[in-house]
Amino acid sequence: MFLIYCPHCGEHREEEEFHNHGQAHIARPLDPDSCTDEEWGNYMFFRKNPKGLHHELWVHAAGCRKFFNVTRNTATYEIKEVYKIGEQPKVVE
Amino acid sequence: MSQKNRLQSGGRIDRSKPLTFTYNGKQFKGFAGDTLASALLANGVDLVGRSFKYSRPRGIVAAGAEEPNAIMQLGATEATQVPNVRATQQELFSGLVAGSTNGWPNVEMDLMGLVGKVGGKMMPPGFYYKTFMYPQSMWETYEKVIRQAAGLGRSPKEYDPDIYDKMNQHCDVMVVGAGPAGLMAALAAARGGARVIIADEQNEFGGSLLSSKETVDGKAGSAWVASVTKELEANENVLVLPRSTVNGYHDHNFLTIHQRMTEHLADRAPNGQVRARYHRVRAKWVVLATGAHERPLVFANNDVPGVMVANAVSTYINRYGVVPGNELVLMTTNDNAYHAALDWHDAGRKVQAIVDTRKNPTGPLVDAARERGITVMAGSAVIDVQGSKRVSGVSVASISEDGSKVTGSVKKLSADTVASSGGWSPVVHLSCHTGSRPVWDDSAIGFVPGKTVQQQLTAGAINGHYTTADALSEGLQAGQDALEKLGLAKAEVALPESAQVSESKAMALYHIPHTKPTSQAPKQFVDYQNDVTAAGIELACREGFESIEHVKRYTAMGFGTDQGKLGNINGMAIAASALNQTIPDTGTTIFRPNYTPITFGAIVGRDCKELFDPERYSAMHKWHLEQGAKFEDVGQWKRPWYFPKAGESMQEALNRECLATRESVGILDASTLGKIDIQGKDAREFLGRVYSNAWAKLPVGKCRYGLMLKEDGMVFDDGVTSCLGENHFLMTTTTGGAAGVLTWLELYHQTEWPELEVYFTSVTDHWATMTISGPNSRKLLEELTDADVSKDNFGFMDWKPMTVAGVPARVFRISFTGELSFEINVQANYGLHVWEKLFEHGAKYNLTPYGTETMHILRAEKGFIIAGQDTDGSVHPYDLGMGWAVSMNKPFSFIGKRGMKREDCVRADRKQLVGLKTVDPNIVLPEGAQGVFDPTAPIPMPMVGHVTSSYWSANLGRSIAMGFVKGGLEKMGEKVYYPLVDGRVVEAEICSPIFLDPKGERQNV
Repeated sequence: MFLIYCPHCGEHREEEEFHNHGQAHIARPLDPDSCTDEEWGNYMFFRKNPKGLHHELWVHAAGCRKFFNVTRNTATYEIKEVYKIGEQPKVVE
Repeated sequence: MSQKNRLQSGGRIDRSKPLTFTYNGKQFKGFAGDTLASALLANGVDLVGRSFKYSRPRGIVAAGAEEPNAIMQLGATEATQVPNVRATQQELFSGLVAGSTNGWPNVEMDLMGLVGKVGGKMMPPGFYYKTFMYPQSMWETYEKVIRQAAGLGRSPKEYDPDIYDKMNQHCDVMVVGAGPAGLMAALAAARGGARVIIADEQNEFGGSLLSSKETVDGKAGSAWVASVTKELEANENVLVLPRSTVNGYHDHNFLTIHQRMTEHLADRAPNGQVRARYHRVRAKWVVLATGAHERPLVFANNDVPGVMVANAVSTYINRYGVVPGNELVLMTTNDNAYHAALDWHDAGRKVQAIVDTRKNPTGPLVDAARERGITVMAGSAVIDVQGSKRVSGVSVASISEDGSKVTGSVKKLSADTVASSGGWSPVVHLSCHTGSRPVWDDSAIGFVPGKTVQQQLTAGAINGHYTTADALSEGLQAGQDALEKLGLAKAEVALPESAQVSESKAMALYHIPHTKPTSQAPKQFVDYQNDVTAAGIELACREGFESIEHVKRYTAMGFGTDQGKLGNINGMAIAASALNQTIPDTGTTIFRPNYTPITFGAIVGRDCKELFDPERYSAMHKWHLEQGAKFEDVGQWKRPWYFPKAGESMQEALNRECLATRESVGILDASTLGKIDIQGKDAREFLGRVYSNAWAKLPVGKCRYGLMLKEDGMVFDDGVTSCLGENHFLMTTTTGGAAGVLTWLELYHQTEWPELEVYFTSVTDHWATMTISGPNSRKLLEELTDADVSKDNFGFMDWKPMTVAGVPARVFRISFTGELSFEINVQANYGLHVWEKLFEHGAKYNLTPYGTETMHILRAEKGFIIAGQDTDGSVHPYDLGMGWAVSMNKPFSFIGKRGMKREDCVRADRKQLVGLKTVDPNIVLPEGAQGVFDPTAPIPMPMVGHVTSSYWSANLGRSIAMGFVKGGLEKMGEKVYYPLVDGRVVEAEICSPIFLDPKGERQNV
């Protein structure tokens, strides 16, 4: 079970308080109506499934209800960093 | 039976406290300090079970967690049954009742043994796969017979009467194992000021020191252990946990500990005490000092009772004062095991021979044996064992220098006990739990912990350093290292002295050769619990299994409740040899939590029965209970389902509730609907983006129904949102969808549109909501308020603040029944008061409470959908015939708009929601029934959609249904057929889903 640092609360908390919301940095297209079916399909359905570093969106569901990003190694489960929405990861491959 | 194998003195048992226990229906005596295993051995009980596959007699092999055979069923009563308890770990208490798990009809006279006798050729590895595969439908039958025959223990059939606990713990240093290494680590960490937890699975701390005659700091090992333990117990920063197995080592230094609180006292926990406690530990640093298990050698008939691992023999003699036999033959590849023969000899019983596989063993321990006159047969091995229910003799022969074949003639020795040692296997289980793969260490002749990402240190035998001196110094080092990592100063701790006995080099040998090839030799067991033999592993390799993970699964090696603690390394060595590889090239399987089996009670703790899952009640719940309501679970809510009167069937109650509502007035507790308070200057804009319809012009005081879609265009929730103020709205959601909708709103606000100023607050529990519905609802409301609620002043889809029954209320004129309806919301604490006032005044109107079922029927009569029942995440608003709830002209591309325009979403033959009238009005279609256009079509018939809602309508005097039909909106009046599982084919006509009052006249009054 993970121990996750919530950047909004400023504390480490148990994984039970959090939910994972999948891959981070999936921006909603600014003009959806001009997207082709393929572009829209990519936005909706296609996600990375890496072995190794992954940038994920999490929410402190049973805490402050704030979303934030986590850079996690999916093989070792190490959490390399957490950062707020709108920020960019410092740990990249 | 007397304790014929008990020594007159010595050991850590208390001979002044005799204990009586029952094993397989017979009474025996042991002493306080015994384990069930040591007491059985003291009484000369050889047989503790039958093997899983061949049903061979089996005896006690080991003295700790690694025991594969002595797996007991405990419990004096049905409710206290505990399966799969290792007798070597169960402390004896007075009145303990145990039985062997395997054996049918019993262990002494086992009919399945007949199978075992001829089973050599009959049951090769993969036997179950090969034999019981076909026909597949029979597998369940096969499995029952196999389980009956094999006996894997049984769970109790009654409720567990004991209570269990869970505790969350935090510490700086978690020390696993309280042998010499663990104790030193804990001592250093504690003296350095760290918060320490030290846990050990045994009843006493000390580990290997409890079962040897070694000294530490010039005193008996146990005396040193006692002084260290005392210091740790006195330190308020240290939590000392004996009888506590660290069962799992999970991500981010999270560990679970199973502490047995009273299982050593009685069958049931003494009154008020907790039977077991589950500690959930988050540690900054972990020191694994888990020691090593001695590895037995693999030789022919090595499973006859009386064959044990060498160290277990020493443990029984030194710790429990039990010599488990009269004539011992020891086979060893190393010096250390000589202790077993020395202890045996010193206990006054005969050592027939030490059979050493090395050509020229030397050293102080070898000398000590020779000084006692014990025969040492060098370069030899025990290649076979005689006896069935107890060892009667052994065959010894000289072997080649590499141990691969028998070179000399076979000599027979009489013996009733065979001890064997192939060296030690570090207990790397916990370090494997976190995904770290162990690595082979040639000098240790074992796998040691590999690279890890955890904050983990290791000390002692787990590192392949097996001497007490190494354990003490590595433990101290680990403790100091932990302090340093924590940023604390080094502790003042002196390294205790221990007598260092020099040992000569051990031989790496696992599989003892026989005069015959392995495939023809008598069985040479690798995994006792699953009856895996050396021949079986070789056969698996011949059949093409090359990965050790596949060999493991094919042969079932390590799949028992012992996880192959004794046998796995031998099995890998044999596989490596069969594949002509080295052990490191072959690799190892890894271990998973839990280290030893754990009772479900400890995992569950107090989270059972009424505390299993939270239940939510509305403010009027007490009233519903008093009225005898039947309840339905909706999410975590207990909602009234219907309110039967005495003698009424469910359908009769529903008919009465439905008719009363449409004829006069009914009342529903709607408090459970999700309510989200939305405020901020951009609230209106936000609503326009998350709902499919328009919100820009909704004036204060008005309500509007909305559909919420996902990006793919599919409906996922619906509800009415009311404008409370220019920048203030109240959104309602489905009861089950409330939490999901709130998260959805937050997700889009926080990640996509943070520039919008809007705030969301769940207020579901703040309000009690009661809906009065029916032609007399206005009259009833007027009796309780001074506000003008007339048609002209309080129109449909309006809301007004007013006082109801003396209480401030928000009243919404919205309707889910199609009748004139008022939804009264008051602060939750006033809910019951207002509800009762309504009934006080409502009696003359026959005010009738109704539950969720009548609500469903009344809305279905009007064709209103329920999100989650008539939708399933694959239907968009147009599929539902609800295009009126979509505003394609909004400037912002709302969530779901683009998704709905995808190629597949605009097909003409999509499944669409329609009404369904059965041709026979008395037939109520089952919900979920699949429709076809042509009931005579060959099977598999093309299916065209399923029934989503179906009821008997008392108001219409016939059945009504809604469901999906391909292209249904264009097929009004056409027929669709529902072939049912009972063989009937029900014919129905496609119609509008609005069965009653299609013009909406009833609510427009």
